Amino acid sequence: MKTEEFQERKLEVAGWPVNLASYRLGTEWHCEADNVSPGARLCRTTGATRQEAEEKALKRAKELLSRTRRHTV
Amino acid sequence: MADYAHPEALVSTGWVAEHGNDDNVRVVEVDVDTKAYDEGHVPGAIAWAWNTQLCDTVRRDILSSRQLEELMAASGVTPDTTLIIYGDNNNWFAAWALWQARIYGHKDVRLMNGGRKKWLAEGREMVTDTPRPARASYTAMDADNSLRAFLPQVQAASAARSSGLVDVRSPAEFSGELLAPPGLPETCQRGGHVPGARSIPWGKACNEDGTFKSADELKALYAGEGIDGSKPVIAYCRIGERSSHTWFVLKYLLGFDNVTNYDGSWTEWGNLVGAPVERGANASAAKS
Repeated sequence: MKTEEFQERKLEVAGWPVNLASYRLGTEWHCEADNVSPGARLCRTTGATRQEAEEKALKRAKELLSRTRRHTV
Repeated sequence: MADYAHPEALVSTGWVAEHGNDDNVRVVEVDVDTKAYDEGHVPGAIAWAWNTQLCDTVRRDILSSRQLEELMAASGVTPDTTLIIYGDNNNWFAAWALWQARIYGHKDVRLMNGGRKKWLAEGREMVTDTPRPARASYTAMDADNSLRAFLPQVQAASAARSSGLVDVRSPAEFSGELLAPPGLPETCQRGGHVPGARSIPWGKACNEDGTFKSADELKALYAGEGIDGSKPVIAYCRIGERSSHTWFVLKYLLGFDNVTNYDGSWTEWGNLVGAPVERGANASAAKS
């Protein structure tokens, strides 16, 4: 099998920039979310459609990013 | 890749597609997300898990020589095998694996330029079967600790400003605003950076497609912060994997002789009682 319809886009989640990459492998859609800076992987999800995979990733990314604390420097 | 100091340390995705199953080649995927391999991987590739197979799981340390020998032998790798490593997050933990392989003297170990992301984006063949390599015999060399920095060396370098200290974390981690990358658990008691360090985030060495920038671009990036190879360089991050990536860039793409990876990194320094800490951005961090 080959990766098909690979796409990447940046958006904001819970006040943080997020990079969302999604693609199809066979009949399953995959989505990966990272936090842009420094680019750490937040989650990887699957779904029957791109939308479903991305929605799951965004939900999980929001949960994780909402816990991030900014400290006064 | 021709302008790099050691272009032989990199292979392209096209090279892997053509040679990944050659007799003397072993392709290994090393991901931050250790389950990514299961969804699909480069044909013929095996997987190493960074959190169980590329560290001592009892004390905080890299593999011992005996542990590395066992990993290599079980992976069908001999000292003469051409080892090709790739992974997610633009090869973060692939570089971590390469760094350890070099510490124990593996001669021919290379990164797949662009890592897993580039392979996916190019729509290349993916498989889900897991190869079972025949066990090999492997004898590691004595650890080459000239590639690794320990706390006392970093403390001395910081106090004397005798080395170029490169903090490869994000500007917000460097300044102390964040104690960990957004969304990840905080693993230190204090935020900030090692006094004297310069902020040069690891990702600045990469293009959008995950490949490394050109030699000229890399030279300009690091020289712009005073890192030009004229004195020793110590790279660090939070746990040592992102700094492995920068160590690879400085050592193999720019050819600096004296580059070490401080794998204790901020998780060690930021938890030390009484350690000096600087906060705030440097010039480069403020600009990024």
